[in-house]
Amino acid sequence: MPDATGLELFAQEIGDTDDQAVLGTVFFRDRATLLVSPKAVPAALQFLKGKGYTFLASVHGVDYFPEEPRLGVLYELLDMKTVDRITVKTRVHTEAPIVPSVTHDWPTANHQEREVYDMFGVHFTDHPDLRRILMPEDYEGFPQRRDFPIGGEPIIFTHSEAGGPGWWK
Amino acid sequence: MEIVRAGDKGAQDLARTEFRSAQMKSRDMLRGDLEGAELEAYVESRVLTTTLDKAVAWARGNAIFPATFGLACCAIEMMSIVAARVDLARFGFEAFRASPRQADLLILSGRISIKMAPVVRRIYDQMLEPKYVIAMGACSSSMGVFNNYAIVPADKFMPVDVHVPGCPPRPEALTHGILKLRNLILENPDLGWRDRYDGHGTVEVAPEGTTASAHAENVPGTEGGASA
Amino acid sequence: MVEVSDIVDRDLEQKPLVQAAYDVSSLQQPEYDDELLTLNFGPHHPATHGVLRLLSTLEGEVIRDVKPIIGYVHTGIEKTAEDKSYWKAIPVVERMDYLAYMFNAYAFCGATETLVGLEIPKRAQYLRVAHMELNRIKSHLVWLGTSALDLGAMSMFWYCFRDREEILDILEMSTGQRMHTRYIQVGGVAEDVPVGWADKVLAFAKSFPTRVDQYAALLSKNEIVLQRLRHTGTVDEQTLLGLGVTGPLLRATGNPWDLRKAAPYSSYDDFEFTIPVGTIGDNYDRYKVRLEEMKQSARIIEQAVEGMPEGPWITDDRKYALPPRHELATSMEALIHHFKLVTEGFRVPPGEVYFPVESPRGEMGCFVRSDGSAKPARVHMRDPSFVNLQALKPMIIDTYIADMIATLAMLDPVLGGIDR
Repeated sequence: MPDATGLELFAQEIGDTDDQAVLGTVFFRDRATLLVSPKAVPAALQFLKGKGYTFLASVHGVDYFPEEPRLGVLYELLDMKTVDRITVKTRVHTEAPIVPSVTHDWPTANHQEREVYDMFGVHFTDHPDLRRILMPEDYEGFPQRRDFPIGGEPIIFTHSEAGGPGWWK
Repeated sequence: MEIVRAGDKGAQDLARTEFRSAQMKSRDMLRGDLEGAELEAYVESRVLTTTLDKAVAWARGNAIFPATFGLACCAIEMMSIVAARVDLARFGFEAFRASPRQADLLILSGRISIKMAPVVRRIYDQMLEPKYVIAMGACSSSMGVFNNYAIVPADKFMPVDVHVPGCPPRPEALTHGILKLRNLILENPDLGWRDRYDGHGTVEVAPEGTTASAHAENVPGTEGGASA
Repeated sequence: MVEVSDIVDRDLEQKPLVQAAYDVSSLQQPEYDDELLTLNFGPHHPATHGVLRLLSTLEGEVIRDVKPIIGYVHTGIEKTAEDKSYWKAIPVVERMDYLAYMFNAYAFCGATETLVGLEIPKRAQYLRVAHMELNRIKSHLVWLGTSALDLGAMSMFWYCFRDREEILDILEMSTGQRMHTRYIQVGGVAEDVPVGWADKVLAFAKSFPTRVDQYAALLSKNEIVLQRLRHTGTVDEQTLLGLGVTGPLLRATGNPWDLRKAAPYSSYDDFEFTIPVGTIGDNYDRYKVRLEEMKQSARIIEQAVEGMPEGPWITDDRKYALPPRHELATSMEALIHHFKLVTEGFRVPPGEVYFPVESPRGEMGCFVRSDGSAKPARVHMRDPSFVNLQALKPMIIDTYIADMIATLAMLDPVLGGIDR
């Protein structure tokens, strides 16, 4: 992992090119996270690629409900030569959940961004094929948001059998 | 002290007298004393106890073809029952058929997601009567470990004959469930799933462009053949 | 500049199902009178490993395009795990990649332990390694059995499952369950191994390499296997790295990336083992890499069991691990800890952590976000099969259907992990 000073240097260098790109850094349990604004995500990833982080291990979403901005997208990068990892994080509101897609530079993000769209509703612009991947195509709603009900069947015990839905009859 | 069951005496007496009279008839038959109408009645009663139905049920029960339908973790344990330790071939069931048209038994091994449920139902509809279903594991019988938006218990959309609990059930448990189903088949000549589960009045719904019935409408050249 | 209204309108359009999104006009139309045929290798198919749907466009028998459609075993595991406390989420998370369940559990427990800052005792680490390597062998055996079945060599299926039963006996002896053992817990392992377990494992580990040699003797120089696997499904290393592929698929191209050696966790650096790599990255290399990996795993197991140190099998920190039962009779504190752990569970300080391990299919990472309560706020498993599936298209484009079956077998996808 880049140490805390290395992380700050990255933040500064990215901030040199674009003022509003870097929104913060987090260094927690020896792991570095760079918080950037949504528009700056492809540029930040390209910058880190130049620094040696050539492998995009994971793209995943988080719902920070009830903190705003609610939806976060995290990019886990890996440097195979020095065995270093760094995370790039971006957060968007549910009203305008738009993040530029990085599929063009990192082909691995294809299915993973589709999953973030499917589960959280984050739209990736310029994605070659943004469709639902895990849920049925015509499903409505974004299941992994924190305010989406977990669903499921009511648990029927013998004493509550009469009040249940009774679809086995 | 004599223990007497109240209310049962009548039935017991009747059974006793019937049994006694059957014994008497067999004794007379062996001695050659039965004649005419009595002899005919005796022969008929003997033949009816081994009817064609029972023979067919015996044949069906000992040669069930399961369909290869592995969904999730339970599929690995289903593969284990075909393997050498718990050998399902001892009972005659090792011929897993890939095509649902050739299969008798659908073992729902694994969790059925909402995307997969219509596919499972369509495969069940493609199977020919007599067909049976075993819901293997906790996820297909009830929701199992996961009680959430994404999966559905099998009883909601198809009739299930045997539920095998476990997560995943041991191969021995699944074999026990399969043998229970085999006993079910041996004892009850099959009446079709609609009779077993009181599903009269239901119709299989097919997607648009295909015909719903499994009759000769699907054969090209006959009337009502599918265009899709 | 994309407006929100553009996106919202696009959602409200009734987007028809896959067919419209699946536009074949971009493919090169064949000459003469052939036409492109779109064939559906449906979710119920004997040769797809699980419920994978492949929408393939064929020109004759040559595949011109393939679109994998997944989601047929999507179980919402990540959402269910948010509903349960950390201890109770371990069995739920274990059922994702159902052939490599120890790795799922370890990735989740490792992430939680990093968040909490727990130290794992040495014996627990060695036990975890032994069980994980047993699981790796088991996963590769299932792969070998089912792949050989796909290629037509049915007897391999019986042999592999016979060996698998031996390993399952060993696991049942130490954990009590055959599959989904919930043996790996936060802080260590659930319980110590019984007397006699070490001997059983050593007997297995010593006899196993010979078995692998026997399987190799059956398959490796077989004419049919060579013709079907050699030079089929070849992809170069750069494409795979771009697609995020790790594990035996990447090692078959010659890249020796393995987290057990590169970033050792759980005492892997105490053991001596080699990483097998291939040369050209075709199906045969993948097959040989996995075969050799099984032998190396047996080697690791032998070293782990022989060198296992004495000590506790779970952390002593009573806030996170249950106290031993005999203490409950004498110590009030132990009783309080037990009560708290069983009812509410332990609380984890807020933070986010991504914890990668090397599973039989590649890099399995677990991302856990904690908001300070007793339940995880977000659990995400970066499943290797999900990412590796994207590599299917470059592997089988412009090859025959039979090669697609062989490649799919060598890709080793596990749909439980893909769909979660």
